[in-house]
Amino acid sequence: MERGLFGFIFKYSKREQLLIVPLVVLSMLFYYASLDLPKTIINQPIQGKGFPSPESTAAFLRLTISLPDFLGGASWRVFDGFALERAPYLVALTLTFLALIIISGWIKFQINTMKGWMGERMLRRLRYDLFDHILRFPLTHFKRVKSAEMATMIKDEVEPLGGFVGEALITPLYLGGQALTALFFILFQHIYLGLVAFGMVIIQAVIIPRMRRRLLVLSKERQIAARQLAGRIAECVDGVVEIHAHDTSNYERAEFSARLGRLFLIRFEHFQRKFLIKFLNNLLSQITPFLFYLVGGYLAISGRLDIGALVAVIAAYKDLPGPVKELIDWDQERMDTSIKYAQVIEQFSVEDLAPSAQQAVLEAPLLPRQGQVRVNNLSLLDDSGTKVVDAVSFDNPMAQHVAIVGPNGCGAGEVAQLLASLLRPAGGSVEMDGIDMTRAPEAVTGRAVAYVGAASYLFPVSVRENLVYGLKHRPIAEASYSEGARRGRERQLREAIRAGNSPLDINAQWLDYEAAGVVGPPDMEDRILEILKTVDLEETLFEIGLKSAVSSVHSPGLADDILLARETMRNRLSRPEVRDLVERFDIERYNRNATMAENLLFGTPVGKVFDMDSLALNPYVRKVLTDTGLSGDLLKVGHKLAETMLELFSDLPPGHELFERFSFIAYDDLPGVKDILSRVASVGLDRIPDSERNLLMGLPFKLVVTKHRLGLIDEALEGRILEARRQFASNLPEDMRSSIAFFDSLRYNGAASLQDNILFGKIATSQAGGSAQIGALMRQILDELHLRSLVLRIGLDYQVGTGGARLSVPDRQKVAIGRALLKRPTVLILDQASAVLDPAAQNRLVTNVLGCRQGACVYWVLNRVDLAQRFGQVLVMEQGRLVEQGAYDELLRRDSALHRLLKSG
Amino acid sequence: MSLEQEVELIRRFPIFSKITPAKQKLLCFSSERLTYAAGQEIFHAGAVGDACYVVIDGTIEISVDLPKGPLVIGTMGSNEIIGEIAIFGHVPRTATATAKTRVEVLRISADLFRSVIRENPDAAVELIRILAARLANTTAHLSRLSSPGSA
Repeated sequence: MERGLFGFIFKYSKREQLLIVPLVVLSMLFYYASLDLPKTIINQPIQGKGFPSPESTAAFLRLTISLPDFLGGASWRVFDGFALERAPYLVALTLTFLALIIISGWIKFQINTMKGWMGERMLRRLRYDLFDHILRFPLTHFKRVKSAEMATMIKDEVEPLGGFVGEALITPLYLGGQALTALFFILFQHIYLGLVAFGMVIIQAVIIPRMRRRLLVLSKERQIAARQLAGRIAECVDGVVEIHAHDTSNYERAEFSARLGRLFLIRFEHFQRKFLIKFLNNLLSQITPFLFYLVGGYLAISGRLDIGALVAVIAAYKDLPGPVKELIDWDQERMDTSIKYAQVIEQFSVEDLAPSAQQAVLEAPLLPRQGQVRVNNLSLLDDSGTKVVDAVSFDNPMAQHVAIVGPNGCGAGEVAQLLASLLRPAGGSVEMDGIDMTRAPEAVTGRAVAYVGAASYLFPVSVRENLVYGLKHRPIAEASYSEGARRGRERQLREAIRAGNSPLDINAQWLDYEAAGVVGPPDMEDRILEILKTVDLEETLFEIGLKSAVSSVHSPGLADDILLARETMRNRLSRPEVRDLVERFDIERYNRNATMAENLLFGTPVGKVFDMDSLALNPYVRKVLTDTGLSGDLLKVGHKLAETMLELFSDLPPGHELFERFSFIAYDDLPGVKDILSRVASVGLDRIPDSERNLLMGLPFKLVVTKHRLGLIDEALEGRILEARRQFASNLPEDMRSSIAFFDSLRYNGAASLQDNILFGKIATSQAGGSAQIGALMRQILDELHLRSLVLRIGLDYQVGTGGARLSVPDRQKVAIGRALLKRPTVLILDQASAVLDPAAQNRLVTNVLGCRQGACVYWVLNRVDLAQRFGQVLVMEQGRLVEQGAYDELLRRDSALHRLLKSG
Repeated sequence: MSLEQEVELIRRFPIFSKITPAKQKLLCFSSERLTYAAGQEIFHAGAVGDACYVVIDGTIEISVDLPKGPLVIGTMGSNEIIGEIAIFGHVPRTATATAKTRVEVLRISADLFRSVIRENPDAAVELIRILAARLANTTAHLSRLSSPGSA
């Protein structure tokens, strides 16, 4: 990357910059003409010079070419012009003036557009190059950089550079040209006035930049402080658990405040100086007209300067300080952006950056397939120069499963990363199937080898997308576009190439099915389901799938399948021994295992409109309750419920677990409810304020008849709630239709989870072990109907969240291992990949993965030495050295390092 | 059966009798009303006892595991309480309880009961009295067993 900003600009935008130059020159000519014309307008038609009598005419557009005196002073008349009288001549001249202004404005518009294009392209190139550098940093470099700082640099710090690129050449040319033209014009009118203007410009051009030097220092400081601020915020976000756990939030506040304080002082000084300079600059430009009026006026009075020329000079001068000022500004910006550029480039200049060729797109590179893994004299140094891997050599056939064990810090993890070509060795070689892996491009290492570390990263997409992530090496097939979209893509491609960006199409087919050993999408799904079994994720995803609410729009056939499962479930539940486990939804009946709110809605809320927690406040619900005369009933029930709660809970201490689990009223609200109840006792239920009535009325919404057994909802009330249910549905306004999905035994409900859809009812709370029984029954039915894979597929669509945070840590590791298995690497390297799993799960996983990799190469750095006996070969490491290798049993027979390791564990 | 009736029911057992009426009600309200199908196991010998059960309806068979199979040692019916020893501490179940018919119980968790007792000294004293009586009973029983002529 170019070290200097101008080098960068010149290298990549030379052609465009030069293309603008003729336009700038052209605009100068028009500019000069627009300065000159007013003089003629004032002197000739207005003041009457050249119009001795009313009938006199002047030649408009007469074109004469004259040679300067030293060439003989000859002149040719090209065009005689139109003879015009005084008034028409005025009109003609002023119209010409207008045309000149419009033309030069239009040229300026063109120049600005081109500048904008150029700037944006260069900004795009710069950002892309910086990102490209990040992708090529050696892994060890990431220990020294902060991700947030990288992000701010690419996002914010280079932003002004884009703007400046357009200005880099054109602005000095344009403004300088403008200033020179104006100066030249003034000099041409009168030498004294010209000297006055020139003098002031010089003062401006010398003093102001001097004063600005300190500004540059300040803006550099500001840039670094702001970047560190971004880094600091990211640190606090990453370490937020520690901050809470150690009560250091106020320390962090103070630290942050101190940083902001420093930043404030820098910015404050910056602004103070900036405005002082502005003041001086303005003053200097204002003084010149004063001199013009004085000197020019005197010259005019004494007849040495005509009025037209004076007016034109003053008009020209109005244009002079502007360009000069802007030119000085430009110079300031030049230094500023140069520093910024150098700053950013410095951060991204890393020794041993991977060459671009290392990551080139390769169609079908020669990959290692079989034979031997030969590691010879491998060594690695850490930052301080200590050997963390010291002369390690081994040689295993690819068909073998190899365990690497050793105490903490033995270098096993580093060996694993060296095998995966993630680290570059200080010496030695890694050879697979005769291919030197330390020099092979990523297209070879990243496809033939899979590496899973102890804390793998998941991208914030679905589980499925994470699993297939390892198959996206290159576009396999072009995307199919409609005519319009294709043109759009072509334009994007042209732009991408122009800005030196990647020409690869993100919409292309990137999934390498062949690498996964499948022929197409359906096959891939089967393969993924297999992998889920291998990495022990099936049950988790099945569970997630059952709890997911999916719209039937996206998966055709889903609704029918689930309805079939619902029907089967209904049949199964008609057997006497399970009949009481579920109370099905029935439009004609009150469901005693559901809350009153659920009974009223008889559907699943979509969005916030009919949110269960605030249902009592919904205006439409209230209207239905009033219309059906239920308001009064609910008020009475709410009142009784409040009394009961007060009786039961009022003398419990705050924070008692029973509040959390059983009370309808939070502890803090109890005194308020007590007041309401005493008011009811004195004035009656009808006379209390609306807000209090609302509170009481809202209480029964969460009542479940069978669970709470308070006897507050009797059959008569149930009947009236059913009536309200009917009214609620039949009068529902059009705009609320989409806010609820009603229960309908014959329709799939896209707002409810799969399991709620299949159950179509409520599990009876009073049945001992009911939910376990129903869960088993549901699994049985789904298996019988061959719907297990459907549920799993829905589970696969689950979004894992930032860094996979919506999955448990062990599940994240399982997804990462699945991702590695799916691409069928020649060599699978697992570096403590299952260490976070509990021992039993780890045993299962090791067995499954090794079974899946029968006859294929596995290197596994184990956290538990006992697991090593499942491997054909064991490497034991101590302090960076390979101290022994061989079969597990063989090593155990003698007094070996493995023996010691087993005993110490 | 509503909450009021449940309160009536538990009030009859000495270990609940000295608790204030409001707390008795809270105890019932916070307990689970569970139904077991005939043949369903309620708890198994050896499992940690974490609740007692007040039988509201149905018959429960109490058995012990012997090498040759389970041996029924008794049955319990409505208005009886089983597993209340567990309420005094996390001790393993000494026998297995199985629903013989359809059984309805009120399951009072030990944690819940203890938290109620902790705030109710009278009830605690009553508990000690019951335990003392049982201990005396057991001691008497043991001394009868060990006296000559009984073997």
